[in-house]
Parts: sequence; structure tokens; C-alpha cells
Amino acid sequence: MSLTIITVMKKVLILGGILMAGILGYFHLPHTNKLSWQPISIPYISQPSCQPIRQTDLNETFSVLPRMSYPQPFVDKPQRTDVLLVSPWLAPIVWEGTFNRDILNAQYRQKNFVVGVATFAVKKYVRFIEGFLGSANKFFLSGHRVNFYLFTDHPEKVPSINLAPEKRLFIIPVQNYSRWQDISMNRMDIISNHIHSHWRYEVDYLYSMDIDVQMFEHIGVEIIDTLVGTISSWQYTKPRDSNSYERHPESRAAIPHGEGDFYYAASFYGGSVSEVYKLTTACFKGVTEDRANGIEAKWHEESHLNKYLLYHKPTRLLSPEYYWDEELIRPRIIRVKRLSSVRKDLQEVRF
Amino acid sequence: MTCWKVVKSVLILYLILIPIFVWMIVWNGPVHYLPYYLPCPEIFSMKLQYAEEKTVQLFPELFYPQPRSLDQKRRDVLTLTPWLAPIVWEGTFNSELLDSAYKPLNLTIGVTAFAIGKYTMFVGRFVESAEKLFMKGYWVNYYIFTNNPQAIPRVQLQPGRSLSIVPIKKYSHWQEISMRRMEAINRHIAEVSHREVNYLFCLDIDMVFHNPWGVETLGEMVAAIHPGYYNVPRSQFPYERRSNSAAFIPDSQGDFYYAGAVFGGLVKQVYEFTRACHMTILADKANGIMAAWQEESHLNRHFFSHKPSKLLSPEYVWDDTKPRPPEMRLIRFSTVNKDYKEIRD
Repeated sequence: MSLTIITVMKKVLILGGILMAGILGYFHLPHTNKLSWQPISIPYISQPSCQPIRQTDLNETFSVLPRMSYPQPFVDKPQRTDVLLVSPWLAPIVWEGTFNRDILNAQYRQKNFVVGVATFAVKKYVRFIEGFLGSANKFFLSGHRVNFYLFTDHPEKVPSINLAPEKRLFIIPVQNYSRWQDISMNRMDIISNHIHSHWRYEVDYLYSMDIDVQMFEHIGVEIIDTLVGTISSWQYTKPRDSNSYERHPESRAAIPHGEGDFYYAASFYGGSVSEVYKLTTACFKGVTEDRANGIEAKWHEESHLNKYLLYHKPTRLLSPEYYWDEELIRPRIIRVKRLSSVRKDLQEVRF
Repeated sequence: MTCWKVVKSVLILYLILIPIFVWMIVWNGPVHYLPYYLPCPEIFSMKLQYAEEKTVQLFPELFYPQPRSLDQKRRDVLTLTPWLAPIVWEGTFNSELLDSAYKPLNLTIGVTAFAIGKYTMFVGRFVESAEKLFMKGYWVNYYIFTNNPQAIPRVQLQPGRSLSIVPIKKYSHWQEISMRRMEAINRHIAEVSHREVNYLFCLDIDMVFHNPWGVETLGEMVAAIHPGYYNVPRSQFPYERRSNSAAFIPDSQGDFYYAGAVFGGLVKQVYEFTRACHMTILADKANGIMAAWQEESHLNRHFFSHKPSKLLSPEYVWDDTKPRPPEMRLIRFSTVNKDYKEIRD
């Protein structure tokens, strides 16, 4: 009996030995798919001069945009062939169909910017406040922090509007002038002063918009860039010599024939606080010098704005979708009307 | 009695050994840490002073054709990415306009290139062609990283351009040399180039300029589209597809396949970018994995999460062995024919 047990034991020992050898051999073979990945804790050689890698550095390195699914951009399949998408100085021109707002939102959210909007409602223009704020609350940079700076000579006439939590309204009393052209042109000065005194601490980007507009479609973070101008809806097809630039050489806003890129609308422009400061200061200086010489530019501060933007090229251009004049019939090229002027009787409202 | 002792000892042996083997099977497998690859991060946490990018500002009396809103010069290719970064193709920009804006800024542009081992034989042609075609009229500093400074030929440089040789260590495998470039560039920026240049381009040395490369390529963070994959669906991009690599990009994601041979931008951005790439390369090393295309896979991973602000079309990084399609109107920078087996090891 003991002999059979011993032989059985021997067989078991041999089998066990083969099994162990097999397992040891298996573990010595390279098989990287069994490795586990520990993303965060990278050890470092501690030396007295070293500082430890901060967790925030690692988070930044490994942080990714949230998982999004969107169609692949194909290099040989342009999104739109009917319009110019990039200016000759390589500034993007924002048209519907060229951008993916989800990607832009994801990039923007990482940065915690605050955007300011300066708008003026003086004399009879106070009637447009409700439409402007109501639609802007819904469509302008929705989900992002915006400070609306409303300048008015009748603060008591501002209707109370329920704004979204990220949006804030500041009502600033301002003097009115007898001439509407002066009201329009002095906006530059007021904006410039306010940037210098406190907006540069409050916001990162600032936009100036006319009050007599309404928004019909989302205007999102695609407008955010260092210096942004909107192409005028009246003149986006015109050759440069028929543009409404100021042509009198005595004016500071004069642009000689043969020069000019686009005609920009003064109803919607903006950019980083420092660039808008430079723009408004330069434009208002031009306005003041013209006044001293007894001239007024053809389209007031819009002429000065165009001169400035000709020589200080915007880093991003907005298509006429971003300021469409109500009186124009919208062609198919303008697929979306995001912001449009409100129908009004100019004679009645200005005087 | 002795057979019972044998039985008992065998049983005890197995009782001890079997749980050990069961644990070894169930456990996830070995994780390797290679601490001697990981450097002191003191360079990584240095705070450097940088200049900001300036907006394009012109001087008056410059004449150029008017840009027309309805007139797109290049209808055959994508000129803008979904995140509104321009893609630079011939015909989309006006060089004179850009030059008139950038020349007064007195910029210095740096170029890094690695010539290790037998790759020193490419330096001569690279620098000669760059002298004629790269950023003509601007201050340029070439930084040639090499393990063999004597092998770098003396090339006559235009005034305002300089070449400095940066000695570095040669590693045994060409993959290692390739991946260590990120660390070397990062260190060099921290020690030297952040004081000397505004913009920095990191180019491969085994290439030659054929047509002008100008300031249209300057931007905050600039990447180039790989010539082999520009018209291919994203599932066929040679991204790293193993999920335990730090350079992993799944099949359904990805915008473009960027080339590792050309990238650049503001010095600050290149510093941050190379630092991030090097950290993910180290993370992979610590896990014993090497990405499919070495640092190019890590570059692609980073450009997927932190999208570049400007893209260069494959005109800026072409492969001469490919036939030239009609979209490529002008090849500016392309590879030199070589025998990989002969020069790599």
C-alpha cells in the first residue's frame, strides 16, 4: 500500500513541478496587455534643489477636453466654398457651417473669462432696452459669464428683466447730447474712459453693441478673440472704391482710393480689453481732431473705426450674420440671421 | 511511517504553493517603474518671462488686392478648422501684407533640429536651403542639437542669422533619440532660447526647403498636417490605439494626423507643449510601453486635447516619395531621400 501511495505521490509531485514550471514560464514572457496604468503618481528622484511636481501641473498635462463626438474635418472637403473663410492676413471669418461650437465652448470654459458688453440707450432709444436685453439674455454667450454695461440718461426707464445667473446688468447714467451724431461718436470716449477706470479689472473681453438690435440665433464664443470686427451687411459685396469710407483727405478717418479690406459695422465690434482701449482711444482722438478742424466724417465713428481696422487688422472677422440690417433682403449666402437691427423710423427716434 | 511523513510534507508544500500561484494568476501583472529615466522636475517648474503675441498692424500706403467676401481662392481644400484655426495653403494669404506687419516687430525666430549620429550629413543642405527660403529678412537662430559637434559643417550665413551647436547625449536606439527630443527642446528653452527668440520651430533635419517659408506660419501654437494621412478617415490615422498608453486616442476621435517633423509657435507655448509631451512619454516609460510612432503619437494626443491655433498644410511637410496631388500647389519643405537602415543604427 505504501508503495502505490509513494508512486501516486511521485506522479503528483512531477505533475505539480511541470505546472509550476509552466506558470513561471508564462509570467516571464512579455505581454504588455496585462500591465496596469497608473496615470498620476510619477516618482521623481528627490534632490535638494528639486520641487515636487504639483498635482495641478499633472492635471493640466493629463486633462483633456470632455469626450465629444463630432464629424471628422476632412482636409479635401471644405465646409463652404461660396464665401471667404480666411482673410489674407489669416484671420478667420466666422460664417455658419464653419465651426463647431461644442469644441469652442469646451476650450473656452477652461479659461474662466468674463465678457463685457457696452451699450447705450439715450433719449428715445430706451424703448429698445427690453428687446435687446431679453434676446441677449437668451442668445448671447448663453451659459457664460457676461456683464452688460447699459449707459442711459433715463435710468428709471430701464425695465426690470430677469437675467440668467451668469449674466449681470450694470446701469450707468450718462449725459445726453443734443445731436444724435454726437451721442454716437462720444460712445468711444465713454468706453475708453470706463476701460481705463475699472473695466480692465472686471472683464477680459469687451464688446460694443448698438441697443436697437435683437438677437434671433445664438451668438457664442466664436466671437471671442483679440480684436474683432463685423463685416457690414450693406457693403460686403462691394469693391473697395465704392465702400463708404471717408474720402476727404482733411478728415482723420480718410482712406485713400485703392486701400481698404472690408467695410466694418460700428454696431458690433470688440476684443480684448486692451485692444478695445487702443481702438476707442485712437478713434476718439480722430473724432476730436476732426471736430477741431470743423469736419465730421461721413459715417461718424464708423468711419474712424474703419480707418483704425484697416491699419490694425482684426484677428477675427464676423460675417454679416452677426449684424444684419433689417431693411435688407437676406440672400441665401447668409444662412442665419443672428443679430438684426430693429425696424424703426429713424426720423422719429433720433430727433 | 516514512510514507506518511512524505505525504504530510507534500501536502503542506502544496497548501503553501497553490495559493501563491493562484494569487499570481489573479493579480494584474507586473508594473515596472524605471526611476532612473525620470529627471528632476526643476526645469519643469521654472517661471520664465515671455513676450505676448502681437496683433497685425500695418503701415499706410501698402497696396494689395482687396479681399472679397464671396471670393474664396481655395475652394478645393479646408481652410479653417472647426475651432476656427486657419489652415495655411498657398493662395490663402498675402505674403507682402504679412511681411509689412511683422518686419517692424523685430522678431527673432528660432529653429531647432536634431542631428545625431549619421544624421549630421543632412545639416549642410538643411541650413543652406533655409538660408535662401526660411523667414527671409528676419532674425533667425538655428539651434543644431548634436552629439558630434565636429561633424557639423560650417555654412555661410546671411547677416542677422546665427547658428549655435547644442551638444547632447546620444542614446543607443533611434526611437529613444527621437523621443528625447521633447526633453532636450524643453531644457534648451528654459536655459537659453526663451531669452533669444520670440517664436520657435522644431523641425526634422533630414529635410530641405524648396519654396519660401514665411511669417504666415507664425502663431501661438502651430502644427502641420502629415502628408500621408490628410485625406484619410480618422479610424485609419496611426494614432496609438492601446488604451494603457498615455498617447491613446480611440477610433472615433481625432481631427487630423499631425506630423512630428514640424511644430512650433510662441516660445512659451512650445515650452508648455514639450513639457507636457515629455511627461506623457515618461508616464509610458514607467509602464514599459512605447507609443506606435514614438513622440509623434504623443504630439498627436496633445494636439487633440489642446488644439493648435494655426495649422500648416502638407505643403510645409511633404514626403518627396509621394506623387504630388493638385491640391499641393507649392511644396515648401520636404524629405530628403535616404536609406533608413543605413543611417539609423
